[in-house]
Amino acid sequence: MTLTTARLSQDFLETRYIDDLFKQNLEELIAYGISAGASFVEIFIENIDSLGLLAEQDTVTSVNPSIGKGVGIRVFLGQRDGFVSTNDLSEQGLKFALDQALGMLGLETNSQTKKSFEGLNELNNFGKSKTRFLTECPTLRESTSKILEATDHLRKNGPHLSVRRGSYSKTIQEVIVASSDGTFCRDLRLYQSIGLNVLALDKEHRSSIGRRIGTEGRPSTLTDWDSEKAAIEINASAERMLYAKYVEAGQMPVVLANKFGGVIFHEACGHLLETTQIERGTSPFEKKLNQKIANSAVTAVDEGVTEGAFGSIEMDDEGMETQKTTLIENGILKRFLSDRAGELRTGHKRTGSGRRQSYAFAAASRMRNTYIEKGEYTPEQLIESIDDGIYCKSMGGGSVGATGQFNFSVEEGYIIKNGRLTEPVKGATLIGEAVDVMPRISMCANDLDLAAGYCGSISGNINVTVGQPHIKVDSITIGGR
Amino acid sequence: MSSNINLINKNNLRDRLSLLSSELNVSKWDLGASIAKDVSVQIDKGQPKQLKASQKSSITIRVWSNNQIGITSTSDLSEVGLRKALSSALQASHFGNKEETPDFSICSKEELPKIDNPFRKQFGVKKLLSSLIEAEGKLLTADKSIKSVPYNGFAESMFERVYINSDGALRHIEGTQASLYLYARAEESGRKPRSSGSIKIGYGAEDININDCINEAASRTLSHLYYKPIKTGKYLVCFKPEAILDLLTAFSNIYNARSVIDGISLSTKNSIGKKISSEILSMNDNGLHQANYGACAFDGEGTPTQNISIIEAGILKNFIHSEATARYFKTRPTGHGSIGSKASVSSDWPVIFRTNGQSAKCPKLDYKETTEEFVLVENLHALHAGIKASQGSFSLPFDGWLVTNQEKTSIESATIAGDIMDLLNNIIQVESKQVFAHQGVAPHIWVEELAITGDK
Repeated sequence: MTLTTARLSQDFLETRYIDDLFKQNLEELIAYGISAGASFVEIFIENIDSLGLLAEQDTVTSVNPSIGKGVGIRVFLGQRDGFVSTNDLSEQGLKFALDQALGMLGLETNSQTKKSFEGLNELNNFGKSKTRFLTECPTLRESTSKILEATDHLRKNGPHLSVRRGSYSKTIQEVIVASSDGTFCRDLRLYQSIGLNVLALDKEHRSSIGRRIGTEGRPSTLTDWDSEKAAIEINASAERMLYAKYVEAGQMPVVLANKFGGVIFHEACGHLLETTQIERGTSPFEKKLNQKIANSAVTAVDEGVTEGAFGSIEMDDEGMETQKTTLIENGILKRFLSDRAGELRTGHKRTGSGRRQSYAFAAASRMRNTYIEKGEYTPEQLIESIDDGIYCKSMGGGSVGATGQFNFSVEEGYIIKNGRLTEPVKGATLIGEAVDVMPRISMCANDLDLAAGYCGSISGNINVTVGQPHIKVDSITIGGR
Repeated sequence: MSSNINLINKNNLRDRLSLLSSELNVSKWDLGASIAKDVSVQIDKGQPKQLKASQKSSITIRVWSNNQIGITSTSDLSEVGLRKALSSALQASHFGNKEETPDFSICSKEELPKIDNPFRKQFGVKKLLSSLIEAEGKLLTADKSIKSVPYNGFAESMFERVYINSDGALRHIEGTQASLYLYARAEESGRKPRSSGSIKIGYGAEDININDCINEAASRTLSHLYYKPIKTGKYLVCFKPEAILDLLTAFSNIYNARSVIDGISLSTKNSIGKKISSEILSMNDNGLHQANYGACAFDGEGTPTQNISIIEAGILKNFIHSEATARYFKTRPTGHGSIGSKASVSSDWPVIFRTNGQSAKCPKLDYKETTEEFVLVENLHALHAGIKASQGSFSLPFDGWLVTNQEKTSIESATIAGDIMDLLNNIIQVESKQVFAHQGVAPHIWVEELAITGDK
């Protein structure tokens, strides 16, 4: 084997380094694992170049470049798997990692050859036309200027702001997947994210609001961003919430706004449709395929195809081309999200959903762009249908527990009285269980929109998109004071 | 005790950086590096599910140029990787913050505290796996209602950390750590599944009392099996040590100098010496505590770790500092800084205790004996979503019980909400017995009145 340090230490990001010799090196490594008796061997190579910058008030306070590369090696023996990650890219280091993965499954390389490996397919290079990402993104100087411009717009438009923060992050990730079923794929991904955070103060009153946008594959994201509009919007929210009262706890109907309102579906239902949950036996939907699990008003999808969306991927981290997966159609459960291990262990076919934060994680079934499809009503009709309830205009984060209980915080909320929005309220947390809440989504508006976010789970933190139109939930528990 | 097999050759790393920095005309630099070898196993019904191992290295290099600082992180410790990182840091220094440039810590060459971190022999995958399979089996037979152990893991690691600067500081520490977690799921016909568990940490797998972990996971899970919804209202609340530690750590901006300077703290620059809680409460931050298995003798800037008083009889005594924040406040760094172009500050190991000589408002409250009705909070969830640290408010789902005449009834699904400053001032009892938890040390703490939202 001649997979040397020098070779893997090249700055990939340019296909000229992925030649026949490179392919041969990977084939030798895979053949080594297969000959030891593994039923499947996968090598995931990652090369990453990222930048994070932070501006506070009118000063750039932090510029953090980060570079790195590493390899994750996964070996299956039937349904069991061993995974080893390393950034020791020497021949010795990679061999040691593979031996370690094989050893975990009780396989030894000095055993008789049990299987043969027929070689990798031709490289399927999803990243071929994306080398432009390396040159088309704004320079560091342009990036810092744009973020400072944003914090200046915050200053001009926020009469009570004591803290103004703007942040920008850019990650270029090259991934190569080579596995014993012949898969040999490469992709080049560009993720950018822009965030604004403010803290407004007036005597004892405080409000903190954050907003974030994120894209994949759009080098002009920062250049095109309307920082003044974003500053005006976040300041307006901070001002409204500054004097808001704490919400009173109770059970009531709610209208959840579009965009990041979709976090309710992501947390309440989406995670429970991942085969990682099926494997554990922690999904209440495990045996509900083709059964009604939600109100007929609900059709929900997870996909990796929306151009520019933060959760979009051309191929997943197991080398499978992405797809649009209908999860729920008119309330009927149609499909689970599955990765390679999920297919092996649960029988649900892969959906191009094998994702991971980096080479240090084995891929798992994870969401991409997940949203409820639009319905027939206007957002106003949803609000008009409620006498006493809450309008959740902006959501914070959330999570789902081991028994399917979910929760998420409301960042900006308003009381609905007799079909009209009244005063703002803060401190609300929506809690419940997916099986109870999904049938209560009774109305979907016609204004589907998406929002970028990060999702943390078994295979690390990944970029996702959540989304929905405005939706009405007939009754939900609101935690407050 | 030492491994005698260093993963990082610190002298070599220092010499390589010295050489490379001279080539690039960089005269002032420092670096923080870490290397870890980890092994972990997870199982499902007696079968290995996922076995993982990793060899990870990372290095953060800072350079100073024209009194501005630049930084780069990399996982590539090869010659090519270090050169690239150093060049990138130099480039980033042109955008350094002229108004606040970190410097070397004045304590970076002072003597380090002695930490007795025993270096444990590693179990290896096979032994971790067989131990975990045995543990799962025992937990599954602890009670017929326990149907699975969906979240489980046994892990061990060896790690080394280094801090080096061009002024001659050279810090190095190595250690081992192991952890075991078991989360069981119990189900009974016609009732919702319930889940709870236990986490144990030690220097090595041999230090972990597996039976304790099994028994704790079983008893906690079973204690939630018979549940009822709770009526929404205000309740007398007792926080178990893990819960109060999670809550106070989430609001550590109160004593974090970085947050104070940035204006996102609930304290101000003049808060030292002010009363922030009930007199019965005291708290230190002690990264050197014997129960802190991950203790490191120095922070990211090479400053020695120390035991520092944060709250003394309800009075805010000290902020925790990095080099830059200490300089701003004209004091000494406290060993809480990271290595960064803007060094962040974070707490090490909170130790909460009852103030000597102070009597509580309700000194007879005892979570095992009190006959008054109260809510016993075991764990808080979703802290990332339900805490507004800069506003001081929280609204969090929790696991716990309604305790009436010493009878515990698990609460089906509920949130607890309030304001952290009100909570601190409404502490009416701090029990005397301290419990070593995996994130710090604390006793049971009682709060007069907090809002609970239930399904009733």
